[in-house]
Amino acid sequence: MRAQFVLSEIGVGLRRNLTMTFAVIVSVALSLALFGGSLLMSDQVGAMKGYWYDKVNVSIFLCNKSDAESDPNCAKGAVTDDQKKDILSDLKKMSVVETVAHESQDEAYKHYKEQFGDSPLAASLTPDQMQESYRIKLKDPEKYQVIATAFNGRDGVQSVQDQKGILDNLFTMLNLMNRAALGVMALMLIVALLLIVNTVRVSAFSRRRETGIMRLVGASGFYIQAPFIMEAAVAGAIGGGLACVFLVVGRYFTIDHGMALSSKLNLINFVGWDAVLTKLPLILAASVLMPALAAFFALRKYLKV
Amino acid sequence: MIRFDNVSKVYPKQTRPALRDVSLEVEKGEFVFLVGSSGSGKSTFLRLVLREERTSQGQVHVLGKDLARLSNWKVPQMRRQLGTVFQDFRLLPNKTVAENVAFAQEVIGKSKGEIRKSVPQVLDLVGLGGKEDRMPGELSGGEQQRVAIARAFVNRPKLLIADEPTGNLDPQTSVGIMKLLDRINRTGTTVLMATHDQNIVDQMRKRVIELEKGRLVRDQARGVYGYQH
Repeated sequence: MRAQFVLSEIGVGLRRNLTMTFAVIVSVALSLALFGGSLLMSDQVGAMKGYWYDKVNVSIFLCNKSDAESDPNCAKGAVTDDQKKDILSDLKKMSVVETVAHESQDEAYKHYKEQFGDSPLAASLTPDQMQESYRIKLKDPEKYQVIATAFNGRDGVQSVQDQKGILDNLFTMLNLMNRAALGVMALMLIVALLLIVNTVRVSAFSRRRETGIMRLVGASGFYIQAPFIMEAAVAGAIGGGLACVFLVVGRYFTIDHGMALSSKLNLINFVGWDAVLTKLPLILAASVLMPALAAFFALRKYLKV
Repeated sequence: MIRFDNVSKVYPKQTRPALRDVSLEVEKGEFVFLVGSSGSGKSTFLRLVLREERTSQGQVHVLGKDLARLSNWKVPQMRRQLGTVFQDFRLLPNKTVAENVAFAQEVIGKSKGEIRKSVPQVLDLVGLGGKEDRMPGELSGGEQQRVAIARAFVNRPKLLIADEPTGNLDPQTSVGIMKLLDRINRTGTTVLMATHDQNIVDQMRKRVIELEKGRLVRDQARGVYGYQH
């Protein structure tokens, strides 16, 4: 096959259908940007869950040396080994408790590093400053209050946290947003694919003289179809490229600059550029393959070979 | 070259068959006229040879191949050995004469060198040497048909199919086109030509196949257009 011949055919086709091509590009760009955005959102939810989120329901944080100076709950000093033993045995007696895990200061430090990695706060932290904790899985996650009343205010206990409770509202919201984004994406995608089918149909019709002649002189089916499929793929790729730009720019302005969420909400571990970059090849591949497939199936109907 | 064995063709949603039980054979190197009034089945006959349609009953062999058994993806390969010319020329209006002819070679993947060599050659053959860079719109009907013939012949087909090639041309120009087709026939290419043109058929004295309402009613060597009543 002569590449130059095919390329010039693609160029002619795209220019002839400029408005339609533009519509295809925009709808592909929007749908794939939403797709990438929702992928990033689920990454974000994953990053915020941390080590214990899916494993436990309640955490009992124990006082450490620095809490003893600053936190009124810990006025009686850091937790002692006896206090820890009492807490553990009391926990094991409670019927609502399914399992109890102990997290030492070193382990807490390790998990913190895993989640927050290279943030400036993590760099200044030492294992001494971390809190020991008991991580409790309940038979019924709703029974959080039982643990809270039993252990809040007890000597050596700094706080009892229903960790899921804190994050669940946020996650519910993020998941809702995610679903909304996916819904809009699905609609945009359908629009994009229908536009492609229509573009191919118009394109095939306006070039029926050429394709008729090609058929008569024995051009192969692939040779006749290739320009149409490539046309859709090129328009799709441009849309995919735009979607990538949207994502990168979007992250830049919401997290790093502009809205600058990373400095306003510095306790949240935001997804990094690596997460964004890994989505880009996915988006580009989808942006080429989907239109090409749509064109291929449209041609079976509208272009007799 | 072409063999029809008891071929019938009924189009969907039509009760009257377009062809009924037609059997005939065209040998290599023959020049055959296909005559008959409108609706007699000439076009269906040609479409079956080109495998644009499939038979309802019976078998069509073209170039030794049973077209019913030819898989779809092999059809282009088969068509490369046929040349086709139509009443309405079917040239690409935005390409020059040379580009129109070259198009037939480009789309089957011939190399640039090959195209550069064969296009002027075939244009000379059809008598259009020196008009390579003209646009089809600047040419007379006869010249346009010559371009179409050049395009059909540039890949050196074994069989040339012409569907009323002189239908849009005046008698004098038609004679020129017929001379050209005769010359192509003399190179060994089989020619099958559907026509309404009585004068031409009578003058050429070639084999005549006549269809009437889908039936083969006459197959005559060195025939004339119609019976003299």
